[in-house]
Amino acid sequence: MPIPVEVMLKKKERFERDPDTIPADFHDELFRLEAEGELIVQRIPDGQPVVEVPTKYGRPKRVPKGHLWHHKSCGQCGHIPGYSTSIFWVMRKLGYDYEDPRDQTSCTAWNYYASATSNEAAQAAVALRNFATAYESGYFPLIHCGTSYGHYKEVRSELLRHPELRAQVRRVMDKLGKPMVLPEEIVHYSEWFYALRHEIAARQVRDFSGIAVTVHPACHYYKLVEGDAIYDPDVYGGQRTAVVTALAEALGAEVRTYSTWFDCCGFGFRHILVQRDFTRSFATIRKIEVMKEEADPDVVLTHDTGCVTTLDKSQFAAQAHGRNVGVAVMSEAQFAALAMGAHPYKVCQLHWHSADYRPLLEKMGIDWEKAWVEFETDVAKLERGEKEFLSWEDVDG
Amino acid sequence: MAERPRARGAAVKSEAVAGFDDVTYEEKRKLFEEVRSDLRFPDYLYGCYECGICVAVCPSARFYDFSPRRIAQAAARQDVELIYQQMQEDIWECSQCFSCLRCPRGNNPGGIVTIMREVAVNHGLASAKEALEGYSRIIYKIMSTGTQVSPDMLQPDAFPDWGPEVADVSNQLALWRRALPPETLHTTSTGWDVSDRTLIELYLIWLETGALDMIRDVDEGLHMILEEVMEERLEEEGIER
Repeated sequence: MPIPVEVMLKKKERFERDPDTIPADFHDELFRLEAEGELIVQRIPDGQPVVEVPTKYGRPKRVPKGHLWHHKSCGQCGHIPGYSTSIFWVMRKLGYDYEDPRDQTSCTAWNYYASATSNEAAQAAVALRNFATAYESGYFPLIHCGTSYGHYKEVRSELLRHPELRAQVRRVMDKLGKPMVLPEEIVHYSEWFYALRHEIAARQVRDFSGIAVTVHPACHYYKLVEGDAIYDPDVYGGQRTAVVTALAEALGAEVRTYSTWFDCCGFGFRHILVQRDFTRSFATIRKIEVMKEEADPDVVLTHDTGCVTTLDKSQFAAQAHGRNVGVAVMSEAQFAALAMGAHPYKVCQLHWHSADYRPLLEKMGIDWEKAWVEFETDVAKLERGEKEFLSWEDVDG
Repeated sequence: MAERPRARGAAVKSEAVAGFDDVTYEEKRKLFEEVRSDLRFPDYLYGCYECGICVAVCPSARFYDFSPRRIAQAAARQDVELIYQQMQEDIWECSQCFSCLRCPRGNNPGGIVTIMREVAVNHGLASAKEALEGYSRIIYKIMSTGTQVSPDMLQPDAFPDWGPEVADVSNQLALWRRALPPETLHTTSTGWDVSDRTLIELYLIWLETGALDMIRDVDEGLHMILEEVMEERLEEEGIER
């Protein structure tokens, strides 16, 4: 199904930027508190190139191109490491510098939304400890996980609104010997890919014009504190978030829509770990099967840890039950890396994925059997002790 | 197993709520007051149009007897009995996706659930103990290492429904991690390499904010282990609290 922008814009429930209901810009309070000495606002470093992108209510958001502090994602690094690796690889290829820190913790929000074994002050302190560490490094934070991004926006809202919470968190930060810092913008990696999509497309070496894509927009990206999310009038007529879709279109792929695009993936935070019958059912019945039936994509692209995990891993059991599943799932970062010529295993690490990605690679003109032999050859070198690790140079060899 | 009656108000008399022992009205009132006194609560509840949009967009409502509208309405009506029943049952069905923020009134039923869960954990309610059974390994991982899921959790017996690739990853784990070009990702028991100093700072956060103490009543054994790990590490560093 092509994207019916005209239909979307005629709908009674279409989104319109009503000047009377536009939420206040959080920057006013952020800078007021900075002026009063309550906190430090980390600015995008002087001299760094910036792209201004449009957000849901029209406020321009500044996205720095380089000198970024990568706030990694537990689920990406732990279970789908080609996700993080692709983000780094694309950034390196475009020539932008970054810091991959060891002094970063998880935002811990996956656990918080799963088990509630934490509290508001602890969550805010975890966020501010990470932000303070980025500030001290001189690099500007770039958040890899959709849930970290959404949760940090919530934390920012709560800190700006509640002086008693700020006081509580300040006591903790004093103990840690760290300043109270919030960045001028909380930036998700998919916003960086949106902002840099034309530079990425300019480095494209594989033809994606025959690739059909469906996009799952991540709930915590655009439903939590919605005003920060990128909405572009030229993408879906500004009716849905533009990240992922704008990149896929810039790479020449055909983005197809489907009726349950607003539904979550079924991750559920606790469900994906201890109640997967729910996760599998929802991911299959409300997402993958609907996409297959209505759009028949070659690949499902999304931009969050939990969504890639859920939509990818839930298909195996459903296939055993003869359901209409079986479509590759990956992040748009991996998709972009493949477009720019990245190795499907050494960089995109697709062997960690579950749903069959091989037909997609064939459609992209990638000989996956040859690529697998190349990966195994490199791994054999590690096994023989010829090398301890594969380097960035190795994966481009 | 005891019958699971659905309490719908103070007039409903039962010995069990959601299959767990009932408590006094005063105890329920106290729990609700704790939910209501959370500083986020006023920002999460503005009333209800009864439009049902939150239910229509809710993934959990499709597969469970769960309704974000019922959550918002019970909170708005201050229906102490129903709220207690929800704390003993419904709240753990929520997916925390926050699709319900589409509410035209500006309610945040998912946020109310977050607060209710916190209170349920804090008071060691039976539902919290039950919901977190089998989850303690995750809590241990995030609180003690600073990353939530680790590569070595990918075991075929834990994830048989994720396909044969899980066994491949598990069998080749150390090698495949060494094949990752980012230097921070060579780890197997954590998502990435977290520095010692960072862990100490994280432990201080859990201890200073009372987050560690929250799990004392839901999982006493886990609480003891984590407390020992953290205090030992802080002592080694000569950090007094």
